[in-house]
Amino acid sequence: MQEITVGIAGAAGDGLDKSGDTLARSSGRMGLHVYAYNSYQSIIRGGHIWLKVRIGNEKVYNHGDNLNVLIALNQDSLERHSLEVNDGGVVIFNSDKFKHDSALQKKSVFSLGLPMAQITKDTVAKYGPLQPIMQNTIALGAVMYLCSLGVEEAKAVLMDTFAHKDQKIVDLNISLLNDGYAYAKSQTKPIMSQWNINAELKKSMLPFITGNEAIALGAVASGCKFYSAYPMTPASTILHWMASHAKQVGVAVKQCEDELSVINMAIGAGIGGVRSMCATAGGGFALMTEAIGMAGIMEVPVVCVEVQRGGPSTGLPTKTEQADLFQVYGASQGEFPKLIVAPTTVSDAYDATVEAFHMADKYQLPALIISDLLLSEHPETVEASKFNMDVKIDRGELVTSWNESMGKYKRYKFTDSGVSPRALPGTANTLYVSPSDDHDEESILISDMYTTPATRKKIMEKRMRKMDNLLKDLTPPKLEGPDDADVTLLCWGSTYGVVKESLELLNKVGIKANLLCIKYIVPFHVKEVMEILNKAKKKYSVEVNFTSQMARFVRSETGIAMDGHINRYDGEPIEPTFIVTKVKGLLTNKPNNTHLTEAEAMDMAYHYLRTHGLESMRPVKFSHESTNGHNEPTWLVEFADKKTGDATAKLKLGAFTGSNHEFVKL
Amino acid sequence: MSTLIELPVETYKGPVDPDWCPGCGDFGVLKALQMASGKLGIAPKDMLIVSGIGCSSNLPGFIHSYGIHSLHGRSIPVATGAHLANTDLHVVVTGGDGDGYGIGLGHLLHAMRRNLNMTYLVMDNQIYGLTTGQASPTTGLGQKTKSTPIGNFENPLNPLALAITSGATFVARGFSGEQKQLSDLIAKAIAHKGFSLVDIFSPCVTYNKVNTYPWFKERVYKLEETDFTTNDFHASLTKAFEWGDKIPLGVLYEVDHPIYEDSDPVLSQGPLVKQKLGLDKKLFTELLQELV
Ligand SMILES: Cc1ncc(C[n+]2csc(CCOP(=O)(O)OP(=O)(O)O)c2C)c(N)n1
Ligand code: SF4
Ligand SMILES: [Mg+2]
Repeated sequence: MQEITVGIAGAAGDGLDKSGDTLARSSGRMGLHVYAYNSYQSIIRGGHIWLKVRIGNEKVYNHGDNLNVLIALNQDSLERHSLEVNDGGVVIFNSDKFKHDSALQKKSVFSLGLPMAQITKDTVAKYGPLQPIMQNTIALGAVMYLCSLGVEEAKAVLMDTFAHKDQKIVDLNISLLNDGYAYAKSQTKPIMSQWNINAELKKSMLPFITGNEAIALGAVASGCKFYSAYPMTPASTILHWMASHAKQVGVAVKQCEDELSVINMAIGAGIGGVRSMCATAGGGFALMTEAIGMAGIMEVPVVCVEVQRGGPSTGLPTKTEQADLFQVYGASQGEFPKLIVAPTTVSDAYDATVEAFHMADKYQLPALIISDLLLSEHPETVEASKFNMDVKIDRGELVTSWNESMGKYKRYKFTDSGVSPRALPGTANTLYVSPSDDHDEESILISDMYTTPATRKKIMEKRMRKMDNLLKDLTPPKLEGPDDADVTLLCWGSTYGVVKESLELLNKVGIKANLLCIKYIVPFHVKEVMEILNKAKKKYSVEVNFTSQMARFVRSETGIAMDGHINRYDGEPIEPTFIVTKVKGLLTNKPNNTHLTEAEAMDMAYHYLRTHGLESMRPVKFSHESTNGHNEPTWLVEFADKKTGDATAKLKLGAFTGSNHEFVKL
Repeated sequence: MSTLIELPVETYKGPVDPDWCPGCGDFGVLKALQMASGKLGIAPKDMLIVSGIGCSSNLPGFIHSYGIHSLHGRSIPVATGAHLANTDLHVVVTGGDGDGYGIGLGHLLHAMRRNLNMTYLVMDNQIYGLTTGQASPTTGLGQKTKSTPIGNFENPLNPLALAITSGATFVARGFSGEQKQLSDLIAKAIAHKGFSLVDIFSPCVTYNKVNTYPWFKERVYKLEETDFTTNDFHASLTKAFEWGDKIPLGVLYEVDHPIYEDSDPVLSQGPLVKQKLGLDKKLFTELLQELV
């Protein structure tokens, strides 16, 4: 596979997401696949943003470990990311504004400073002075050259992007793109001479789409008519898509006062007779739990999406994590039938949503979709043909007419399958109450006046019977990779993509590995998972959480424990080499080292500078020291003035605790 | 409601008899609701009664219609969802003061502000009945209850003033001891286009020994027997604060404002439940094309 990864770093509000989007769409239109990851923060302006766009001539499943071209939009970004650029790569920056110290990059990396004023002289003469954000377009032009992407597709994308604006703006942007392209060409060679583009991909449409957009699309393709939500990252973009397409696709969108209202409205709409959905993050879902059980006992079809972010509490609003498995699994008091599904990729998010609607109707139960920030918010190219446009909408066993000669209609009729044919309010002769108290076949409460243990037993069994057939309807998990592998990696959700890619890397270092990804959590394919795991040699879980929730869950269902756990919980998604390193460590019984790495020490050093008004400095040297009366080894970080290079301060960070033991200004 | 054919009250007789304490005010409210439905000629299949949890919230089980007996405090959002799914249904929400003015108050305020076309009947007994007699948001100052043994020292909430200022477009007060007037009020509330709230004195004979039938009988008077007009915001608000020796019953406020459903581009196309489902290939392709 050929691939190039472009990183764009800057402050929030620098408009770097737009540049990334143009780059990605241009590549997609050429028949190349793209996976982008935006490591952003919950602030609108300022702060550090780091966007990675990975382009390949085959499908890429995560943002990867590489960095070939860096666009640094400010001084800070230039200093923090230049060293990450691979050998043979390029660092792009505005040389009118920023100074680049070549000591901060690898020797074989080319430093491409853009003298903006000089490059854009003619453009400015023609169109007038530039706004700061326009430097992005010039840098993008340079990237198009360096990555051998040509300039035509990018022009077409810009024309589409600015189609609603006046022609002058379109022309100006295209002119800037050309300026950047020409300047890069005059300075250096492309980092890859030519792409071998797959002819099939070139022909197909490659939308650049996020998990949340796929969920929204899956919902409306399934006939979702009601969507309720309360804004919460990382679920909000489903609301935005729904709201901006509401009229076009015919979905009523309700922003509610809180998540209690959100789920209760969605359930009400389900009872009212339409397919309904809602979505939130972990915090909002916590407020929804009582009602999830109500949908269970009332047997209401409803789809609810929980997009995990870093927790607990408000946690890390804009960071990814997979730590809500047990919250979703345990949502609501009592026991009731439900579907819990965790999609793995963007196209799987579409399929899972379509399936969730189908199963919710067929089995009259709440269908819960667990996503995570990475899956929901990262965009990737997906071949259009992967989206089934021809969704069969089957509303399940519905009673549309009833006459009294058929006897009394019983909403909760005790049937073999457990599914009781459902009549919608408004149907004649099928009147009933949907009760949150437990009830008999005729929906009469058995909670106070008419308590009847035998009836309770039977209604409970009727409801729970639905799970048997539901399980048969779901595709059991399969091993991916060689059957005779030495290592089996257990994963779920968005982590699937990176684990899949790590198999190849592991193979390269002589470790034969396969993977088992769990998509259906409730009901669970106990038999199939046990069969797979019983045959597996070394079993390691890979999860973006601290406590290995999926590993615990699998153990509770199968009695099979993992041999080791690979976890990441710093808010960032896992990259392939992270897995390789950890697997090697586990295989050689190396204890899991939680000491700060140099990169982590650098991260913390920058954090200290930024939070103490010391941005005139930068860390220049990191050395590991033994215990200096701090009860642990330390990292000694030396700072220098950004302009003069003079030594300014020293910081000692505990290598184990990360504690800031001392900061001394010189 | 153009061809109005009245239906007999028995039309709405529920499958089981209410399990309320003998003498509970809620019997009168149930009867008044059945009378109002009959008067408006609403077929039971077209009526959806939604409640929360409480003695009063058991009402949907005692009337012949569709019903949802939802969670404590969540009747309003559940009803909103069902109503928006099928705007052909007459949605009437019923419940208690704890359910509506306590745990569910947030939802109520927003439903009123949205002016959804629904009716809300609150059986206000100024106590938590089902949980055996604790203070509620409308319990009077000084009143001793199981949770306020030294007397309640939280100011009671004024539901009518709250409704008028929050955007409800029909606000009334009834008394279960005045059944004829109450059924008229409920009929008007249901017929009203927009959010209607009827706060109903519905004495809890078991746990509220202060606000009893005689207590109300001594104090209440009917607004329709005075020259009070119902469309003056400030006059209505002032009236909502009348309390003590004289307490008004009747319509306090009634105005005609646009309803939520008419402004929503999708809902205004007719009941969702009757609309077309899914996407055709052309639209689907357009949606993907936006992302290329
Ligand atoms: C979430 C939740 N909290 C508490 C309860 C217990 N509970 C049931 S009814 C009720 C109060 C009922 O008071 P009100 O709504 O005034 O109804 P009433 O019984 O007086 O008619 C409470 C606190 C519950 N069912 N659910
Ligand atoms: S406890 Fe009070 S409110 Fe409940 S049924 Fe008895 S009288 Fe009515
Ligand atoms: Mg009460």
